[in-house]
Amino acid sequence: MATKETDNQQQRSSQELPVVLVNRLPSFRLPSKPPFEDDLLSHFHLLDPHDSPEPYDSFLSRHASSIRALITVGTTPVTAEFLNLLPCLGLVVGTSAGLDHIDLPACRSRGIAVTNASSAFSEDVADCAVGLLIDVLRRISSADRFVRGRMWPAKKEYPLGFKLRGKRVGIVGLGSIGSEVATRLSAFDCSIAYSSRKKKPSVPFPFYANVGDLASNSDVLILCCALTEETTHIVNKDVMIALGKQGVIINVGRGYLIDEKELVQCLLRGEIGGAGLDVFENEPNVPKELLGLDNVVLSPHRAVMTPESFEALLQLTVANLKAFFSNKPLLSVVSNE
Amino acid sequence: MNNTCVLVTCPMFTYLEQELETRFNLFKLWDHSSSKAEFFNNYSSSIKAVVGNTKVGADAKLIDSLPNLEIVASYSVGLDKIDLDKCKQRGIKVTNTPDVLTDDVADLAIGLALAVLRKVCVCDQFVRSGNWINGDFGLATKFSGKSVGIVGLGRIGSAIAKRAEAFQCPISYHSRSKKPNTNYKYYLNIVDLAANCEILVVACALTEETHHIVNRKVIDALGPKGFLINIARGAHVDEPELVSALLEGRLGGAGLDVFENEPEPPEQLFALDNVVLVPHVGSDTGETSKAMADLVISNLEAHFKGKPLLTPVI
Repeated sequence: MATKETDNQQQRSSQELPVVLVNRLPSFRLPSKPPFEDDLLSHFHLLDPHDSPEPYDSFLSRHASSIRALITVGTTPVTAEFLNLLPCLGLVVGTSAGLDHIDLPACRSRGIAVTNASSAFSEDVADCAVGLLIDVLRRISSADRFVRGRMWPAKKEYPLGFKLRGKRVGIVGLGSIGSEVATRLSAFDCSIAYSSRKKKPSVPFPFYANVGDLASNSDVLILCCALTEETTHIVNKDVMIALGKQGVIINVGRGYLIDEKELVQCLLRGEIGGAGLDVFENEPNVPKELLGLDNVVLSPHRAVMTPESFEALLQLTVANLKAFFSNKPLLSVVSNE
Repeated sequence: MNNTCVLVTCPMFTYLEQELETRFNLFKLWDHSSSKAEFFNNYSSSIKAVVGNTKVGADAKLIDSLPNLEIVASYSVGLDKIDLDKCKQRGIKVTNTPDVLTDDVADLAIGLALAVLRKVCVCDQFVRSGNWINGDFGLATKFSGKSVGIVGLGRIGSAIAKRAEAFQCPISYHSRSKKPNTNYKYYLNIVDLAANCEILVVACALTEETHHIVNRKVIDALGPKGFLINIARGAHVDEPELVSALLEGRLGGAGLDVFENEPEPPEQLFALDNVVLVPHVGSDTGETSKAMADLVISNLEAHFKGKPLLTPVI
């Protein structure tokens, strides 16, 4: 924050510490728990155009030649046009698991490295996926409402749930998050299969090139993949019908991975058995038809939201920046697949 | 065998009652609740088997009133509602339903822990009530890597440990004696277990010794950052102490499938968002309920055919 810097500090720090641009939408902020800015300021000279009284464009062009690295906060976009304003940029540090807000081809063609934060988040996202799955199958949130609604004494029987053991789980996207999901559900004696862009040679689980085939052979689909042009609406009506009437979909990726209108219809018609959703096409708006369903568990895009995740994110962010400025290998660079 | 008289103590599972009816002369105790004396006068000496569960078992009074009772087949794995001493005295056989429900109960324990720590139910309510439009939900607590302490490392306790390990949770346990074939850390004293774990899971049988085994000392040792998960019996926990600890913030949270006075859990918990409350559904899946019912039937059939019982307790 510009206000934190006295003129003295500014003179000292700009000479000693590497410059890092904080790229954020005005309403976004770096996390305060742990205090990201404080920690980053001890290693880097942070530039934040939104904290300067100077107009955004003028601030940026004045500093452009010194900006070799930027942190993009949450889903703040990094477009090709924006990259054009930063001719010396060599590194974009992402702070979310997903990267669909960053123009990766533009970065690639400029030789700009991109790091993501999946490894900081993957355990928490996997925990969220498993938590949502058990909740849907065993009706935990629904049962909790039942008890709090004082319905237990009157209604002797509560609807039965579904057994998790032995369920065939199909993971869409076996990256760091998908792998953590697989490890967890294996311990519940689920059988695991997966779909991803390419078969992974060292992975023991059956591979399906086509998500429809994966769905035909699964009882549960868990979406853990990145959102790209290819994966937009990858779970469409055909996939849901293939999954079947007892099938459960868990989405901890991005809302647009699923054709949301079709999902709602399939749930209402009983074409699939249930869903656990952390993400939606148009957050924070959720299709109102879902709000009254007991076989659906809804989460407000919180899969990464634990203090431990943020601590891990801060460490990863600092580590990637330090590695970059000392010409060492980056920790979580996104490969050019 | 259709003439063999079997008494089922309370409504438990329609499929079970139907299967019992096709094989035996079935009496439903709740059909005679207004005329109990008359019922027992007429039929007590004909009844050879009782099917009970966790709500209504076979206590001394019932057993005494059935002079020709040969077997109690419980639709549960827990035996706390059966007077085992009386059964032993009278030479009455007892069977339960172990193993078939182990996975479901263990799954629920982990599901409850995830629900409490990650605030799954609170988040769901946050979305349903329309509050997400007005602003983001706050932070939850990470589950992976948290230390899990298990009270009772039997079938269910071990299944819980296996699952928690996949989340990199260090496992420790307390039981009557150290178990030979495990690397988990053992605590002879449950207070020490509670002091050294972040999530305490109750998974032992209810006996005189384990009644209120989770008392104020244990709750205090678990502390304001600790969580209690109970999928065993309500009577394992001193419930008034648990309630005041939760209300006063001395305990971080609780996931509870069982209560001292079912079906009436303490209402003071209903307003808390650091508890998850479910109505004794540990084994309540279609698959497991059927498997348990089949086991009850198989045990009864084996007994009346003079064959070895499948899952005898005594």
